[in-house]
Amino acid sequence: MKEYAYFPGCSLEKMASSYHQSAMETTKKLGIKLKELEDWNCCGATTYFYIDELLAYTLCARNLAIAEKTGLDVVAPCSACYKNMYFTAAHLKKDPDLAEHVNFALEEDGLHFNGNVNIKHLIEVFASDISTEEIQSKVSHPLKGIRVAPYYGCQIVRPQKEKENVEQPQFFENILSAIGATPVNYPLKMRCCGGSLIISSRTAALSMVRNLLQCAVDSQASVIATACPMCQVNLEVYQQQVNLEFGTNFSFPVMYFTQLIGLAFGINPKKLGIGKEFVSFAPSLLPVLQE
Amino acid sequence: MTDTITFGQEISNLLYASEGEPLRTCIQCGTCSGTCPVAGYMDHTPRQIIAMINQNMKEQVLESNTFWYCASCYYCTVRCPQEINITELMYALKRYSIWKNHYQEGLIGPTFSEAFVKMIVSGGRSFEPILAPSYIFSFSLREFIQEISGATELMLKGRLPILPARIKHLDSFRRMIGRIIPMGGLK
Repeated sequence: MKEYAYFPGCSLEKMASSYHQSAMETTKKLGIKLKELEDWNCCGATTYFYIDELLAYTLCARNLAIAEKTGLDVVAPCSACYKNMYFTAAHLKKDPDLAEHVNFALEEDGLHFNGNVNIKHLIEVFASDISTEEIQSKVSHPLKGIRVAPYYGCQIVRPQKEKENVEQPQFFENILSAIGATPVNYPLKMRCCGGSLIISSRTAALSMVRNLLQCAVDSQASVIATACPMCQVNLEVYQQQVNLEFGTNFSFPVMYFTQLIGLAFGINPKKLGIGKEFVSFAPSLLPVLQE
Repeated sequence: MTDTITFGQEISNLLYASEGEPLRTCIQCGTCSGTCPVAGYMDHTPRQIIAMINQNMKEQVLESNTFWYCASCYYCTVRCPQEINITELMYALKRYSIWKNHYQEGLIGPTFSEAFVKMIVSGGRSFEPILAPSYIFSFSLREFIQEISGATELMLKGRLPILPARIKHLDSFRRMIGRIIPMGGLK
């Protein structure tokens, strides 16, 4: 059984509990164990960096140090947590001076970070660590005929880490194809949803959500698949506000990619947290569920 | 010889691991502004802000809403032909303007982010309801009502926490933070 240290992040505790549930269920089916990190703290999203850089790195490094003790690779399902952890580890590895400062603070908590930990986004586990064949072998209810918009958003793919494709990645599409769905050509798949602006610059953020929803409608998708709790909440929960702000009439389902995989694996929808959404996607999925 | 440093140098000093003045290498091609999903809402586009910093237009830069409207999506950063980390620059400007307590009036960003950090310092994890007072009163009545009704629906769907989550080792966690930032007044 493959095992990972799991950093759920604050959103998955409640707001995005369906992402947590579906992540657990689908990985279990694939023989993967996600072991939650002991006493983790908030990664800070974008906010710590607005206030103090050293504080931001220290708070992320605390989680990294706890993870390092497990000797496992760390998995984060939230794109913001992932980006923060990935780059904190990278900076600390190549900058001994920064690492010394951060470790001086970590001492107070009985921790030390040596720089020996790999950080992965949950979707990377499905895209790289598990083969397409393994995924296919668990599919009992292929999502035949379901047109899905693969929404990457920002921080899974950006900033660039090594030489990976940051303009037209395909790994999300490949996962959707593996479960029998039809990934549509979604031109705005890499555009930001405005998650970090929804409170502070509301109108700007709502207009970004509107553009993404309109693009999904134009792509004739029946659901948007996301891999980030910020994107899901922004695109789904704020739809009513977009409608009020711009006089539109969106009612578009937005699901976690793990929920789609779970359905294709024949897992009970309730176990995938389905039923907590504002816009139900059940109508378009009925044919699959009835099979 | 004078040893006063320019605004441009000050900002460059705030860019993590930067050497020299990366903003000086900007060729003003506008790829950042063309890529930015929020440029239409900014007082100045990212390209203009860089030009203004290079001209040491400190007042105008700090009074601009531009960096507070950056969504931190890194699209400009991956496309910049000069490999300037523009997102990092926007973060640096936010920090600088908070330190100097000098930013455009009426912005929610500065107070919201300070409230967020205080929340983490006191509990270790995010708890959305505690943040509401830092922004909700800046909203118009219509926005206020929309925000409340959205929160109510989240609550009904079981998606909002009622009690704040806290980490277990809070004492040592806060001593750790105390080695980074002064904790006076934060109890």
